[in-house]
Amino acid sequence: MKVFIAIIKRDLLLLSRKPADFYNPPLFFVLVIILYPFALGADSEILKIGAAGLVWISALLASILSLDNIFKADYGDGTLEEMVLSPHPLVIISLAKVVVYWFFTGLPLLLLSPILGLMMGLPSEGIWILMLSLLLGTPVLSLIGAIGAALTVGLKNGGVILSLLVLPLYIPVLIFGSSAVNNSIAGLDVMGSIYILSAFFTLSLVLAPLAIAASLKLSISN
Amino acid sequence: MFKFLHKFGSPPYFYNFINKILPYLYIIFFGLLLYGMYGALITAPADYQQGNSFRIIYVHVPAAWMSMFVYMVMASCAVVVLIWRMKMAQIMLISSVAVGAIFTTIALVTGSIWGKPMWGAWWVWDARLTSELILLFLYIGVLALYNAIEDKKIAIKAVSILVLVGVVNIPIIHYSVEWWNTLHQGPTVTKFDKPSIHIDMLIPLLVMAVAFKFYYIINLLHNAKNQILISESTTSWVKDMVKKQS
Repeated sequence: MKVFIAIIKRDLLLLSRKPADFYNPPLFFVLVIILYPFALGADSEILKIGAAGLVWISALLASILSLDNIFKADYGDGTLEEMVLSPHPLVIISLAKVVVYWFFTGLPLLLLSPILGLMMGLPSEGIWILMLSLLLGTPVLSLIGAIGAALTVGLKNGGVILSLLVLPLYIPVLIFGSSAVNNSIAGLDVMGSIYILSAFFTLSLVLAPLAIAASLKLSISN
Repeated sequence: MFKFLHKFGSPPYFYNFINKILPYLYIIFFGLLLYGMYGALITAPADYQQGNSFRIIYVHVPAAWMSMFVYMVMASCAVVVLIWRMKMAQIMLISSVAVGAIFTTIALVTGSIWGKPMWGAWWVWDARLTSELILLFLYIGVLALYNAIEDKKIAIKAVSILVLVGVVNIPIIHYSVEWWNTLHQGPTVTKFDKPSIHIDMLIPLLVMAVAFKFYYIINLLHNAKNQILISESTTSWVKDMVKKQS
């Protein structure tokens, strides 16, 4: 637990010294969403129908954008190697890194989503569900994405492969995330989708750190 | 038992073993294929709704089964690679990827050809089609990762982790997509009490499925031979063999 907090403190401190990492993903998120009305037309009915999916896809793309950075800097200066060699469990360390990663990609998206939802014409009921689904879904994206990032951290152009590895695994989250919002707009029951998202969250919280730690060990030996 | 396993762990023994059994496998494969094709194209009656166009299932269904079967083989190999680090499991794993990807492609293409007259569209966003497509991307991802990492000893372990992550996700993806949308006809063979497919249609289908399995094994072993030669290219038995042949 001590290590967990220490790593989080350290990474947040590093982040505060390099604020560009912090505002790039949300900026990208907003920009992608702004592009949709230009492509689909300004008809508010069309936008309203697609709003849930559009916000979710943008969140997914924004969280992929900076995945490469989770372990890159630490890998570059050798910190990661020290972390792998240290007596503390690597699972805890990698979980801490994912938490910080979520803090600067998932959380801003979550906070921005109501504004964007309003701009896309979502009713207020839908906005609450959108936030709830993002709250449960974005950690899953970060956890699964971190597995891919850990596998590709040693590669020169890992970014392209990373999205190929990770995007197919994101599909279930996308399905239930957007179906929750769509159901709430249609006045149907949303709790089913929310429960399943929570199940994904707990499952990936338990299993993903194991895979991340194993992949990091491999990437270090490369 | 362990002595037997140990022997298979040795590349030269395994290489010679492959050479010995390949001819028999070819004979069995062609026999099954001919019998299955005869049954599929001639003796099986035409479907009362779909006419003769249903006959594409004799390629489509075995290919779709194989696409999943091969991934399961890869997953079992991945477990062996990560726990016991058996060299032959590594070779089996990596030799399977391309074959599995091709089976998936065949299943998708034949399904699409079948879908055009039946559903009136080349592609529909139906659950089973979509999860098969996602499976194809998982295969491509595995290949891409393996090719991207230069040290192949590390690459194979990275691939093993990825395959295991995929195998946890495949059922999740499959059922999520199923809930999301379904148009595909339900399974007609795996109902245990009484299959809803006629017995004259069923037998050629099962024969074809077994033939496809043999085709997979043959391909796997050919790939494995190449992999063994590549990874053992510096050892004396490979050098001796090359000298003998030239």
